[in-house]
Amino acid sequence: MVPLNHYLILSAAIFAIGVVGVLIRRNLIVVLMSIELMLNAVNLTFIAFSRFLGSMEGQVVVFFVMAVAAAEAVVGLAIIISVFRHRQSLDPQEMQLLKW
Amino acid sequence: MTLLRYIPLLPLAACAINMFFGARLGKKSAGLLACAAVGASFAIALYVFMLLPATGLFRDTLYTWFESGAFRVNVSFQVDALTAVMLLVVTGIGFLIHIYSLGYMDHDEGMVRFFVYLNLFIFFMLLLVMGDSLLLLFVGWEGVGLCSYLLIGFWYQDHNNAIAGNKAFIVNRIGDFGFVLGILLLVTELGRQGIWTLDFAELQKHVNMLSPAMISAITILLFVGATGKSAQIPLFVWLPDAMAGPTPVSALIHAATMVTAGIYMTARLHFLFALAPQTLSLIAAIGAATAFFAATIALTQTDIKRVLAYSTVSQLGYMFLAVGVGAFGAAIFHLFTHAFFKACLFLGSGSVIHALGGEQDMRKMGGLKSHMPATYWTYVIATLAITGAPFTAGFFSKDLILWQAYSSAHGSQGLWLIAWLTAGMTAFYMFRQLFMVFHGGSRADPRAQAHLHESPAVMTVPLMILALGSIFSGWLGAPEYLWSSRWDHWLEPVFGGAHEVHHGAVETEITLMALTLVIVAAGIALAYVKYSRPRAAVDQGAGTGGILYRISLNKYYVDEIYDWLLVRPFTLISDWLARVFDPGVIDGIVNGVGARVRGASSIWRAVQTGNVQHYVMGFLAGTLALLAYYLRQP
Repeated sequence: MVPLNHYLILSAAIFAIGVVGVLIRRNLIVVLMSIELMLNAVNLTFIAFSRFLGSMEGQVVVFFVMAVAAAEAVVGLAIIISVFRHRQSLDPQEMQLLKW
Repeated sequence: MTLLRYIPLLPLAACAINMFFGARLGKKSAGLLACAAVGASFAIALYVFMLLPATGLFRDTLYTWFESGAFRVNVSFQVDALTAVMLLVVTGIGFLIHIYSLGYMDHDEGMVRFFVYLNLFIFFMLLLVMGDSLLLLFVGWEGVGLCSYLLIGFWYQDHNNAIAGNKAFIVNRIGDFGFVLGILLLVTELGRQGIWTLDFAELQKHVNMLSPAMISAITILLFVGATGKSAQIPLFVWLPDAMAGPTPVSALIHAATMVTAGIYMTARLHFLFALAPQTLSLIAAIGAATAFFAATIALTQTDIKRVLAYSTVSQLGYMFLAVGVGAFGAAIFHLFTHAFFKACLFLGSGSVIHALGGEQDMRKMGGLKSHMPATYWTYVIATLAITGAPFTAGFFSKDLILWQAYSSAHGSQGLWLIAWLTAGMTAFYMFRQLFMVFHGGSRADPRAQAHLHESPAVMTVPLMILALGSIFSGWLGAPEYLWSSRWDHWLEPVFGGAHEVHHGAVETEITLMALTLVIVAAGIALAYVKYSRPRAAVDQGAGTGGILYRISLNKYYVDEIYDWLLVRPFTLISDWLARVFDPGVIDGIVNGVGARVRGASSIWRAVQTGNVQHYVMGFLAGTLALLAYYLRQP
């Protein structure tokens, strides 16, 4: 049986990849995908603990997270399409109107 | 008694109708509606007066105005003997003056507006005299002040009239400030004892709970309000300028009713004033001084209405003298008779001004006797009444005040002497006016002379009624050596112990009366010698009579002194505040704070780049810092 630590290390690695993606990628679609990556990393942690502690709460939370992630993807993609129609670009570095 | 509410509400209704539909109704119907409303009020007042029992009062509560804990003020009207007298004066004389105005304002295009204001004034005046609490009285008090302002500046196209209205309003504001302080002091001091009320009956019941010093303070503050409204020293300066308004307004507001509000207020609160001997002495002194000084000013004025204005100030001084010696009944009696003869004089002067096409300078009048007999004869009667000729109204009321000033416990021979001299001067200036206006040769413009005419009946009939009142209204309060006075018995339930009737030596009373008649006769004779010869009755400017004449003609330079002492420093300070202090200090503080904040933020605002990814970096750093904090090795 795969020990708990392996799951946690994998989950942390995926989460870190997601964070870095959000921070440095120049395409909003990739940024959104990176956010999904982070959410799924967290899901993995929940599932692992649920499995090892023999409790169902973790799985319930995962269902909630998946539902929220689905909704988030819908809204996020809609915003991205709308932004693209306005600016013909998806580079977050170019969206800096909201400053001082 | 629910009938009471209609007395003030009818004029208010007419005011509202004329305000909104007056233009559509037309001048004639608007005027008639206004007259009808006041006439109906007068009829109800008369009916109530007939029903009023010898003691006791009628009350009509409309609704609770506000309630705060134990403090509760009702909108409620009451009529007792004192209010009944005021009611009849306000509605009766008001009615006559309304009718007169139909003729006087006939040529004026603002006639509808005029009647709106006049009805509104009657409403507030009735509120003032009928309110059963000090607060309701105050509402009326302020309301009549507003109407006075509106009507003084009625012909607002002339800038001077607007200024006169402002002056009246501002001077009254000074007095009202004292009045408000007095009310607040009264209500909080009683409240401290657990009695939260401004109701007159309740106040009278609990007045003993106040300390004498507190009563003195309260009454002095209230009296400050009275000096403003009733034009006493030092706040009398607005009344002569108030003559800028139409003459019926001068007659109604600035002679017969509103300016007597101060007297009414002190009489209504007699139980309070009677407990403050120092205040009473102050009132007597100020009343006597005002009577005297105003009379000396009236001696030399050349404007027909200004003479009457100073005469009003002087007569109001008499009334306060009576209040000051504790003779509230005598003060109200003089108020009552004065309303008749002074309204008659003002309306008569209005008739003269009307006939001469707006001329008010007595030096350009003269010889009007034969042209306007009705005006002349009513003017003669009213003049005799104000000078106190035997068996006219003024004879009874003024002699009563003189007698009380001499014999009352608070009175003195000095007060009597001042009042006596004033009586002589009153006779002189009133007959000077009579001779200058109606006797001798005409000095009027040829153009004005051409259309000289007696006023129409709508104006002369009120004059005649008022002239009758100028004689017979005094007979109600005849001294005891003639026939028993009904006046004191009538007001006895109101003033009770506070009203001191002196059954002193009748010989002294008659002697004093004779002395008064002597000085009155002397005044008339002097006026006759100086002013009745044909064409001689012209004051040749300020040259005649030397320095005293000039001081009197210039009204003791009181306006100039106030201007230098108060108005100029005030405008200078205001000007400095506006030009230097406001842009420099106030704006400086506000702008300075803004500039400092902006300067400080110029460093920190660089943090906000607008780039979302930078912000996420911030989140990450914060999260890591929190994690590091909680996971640190203990």
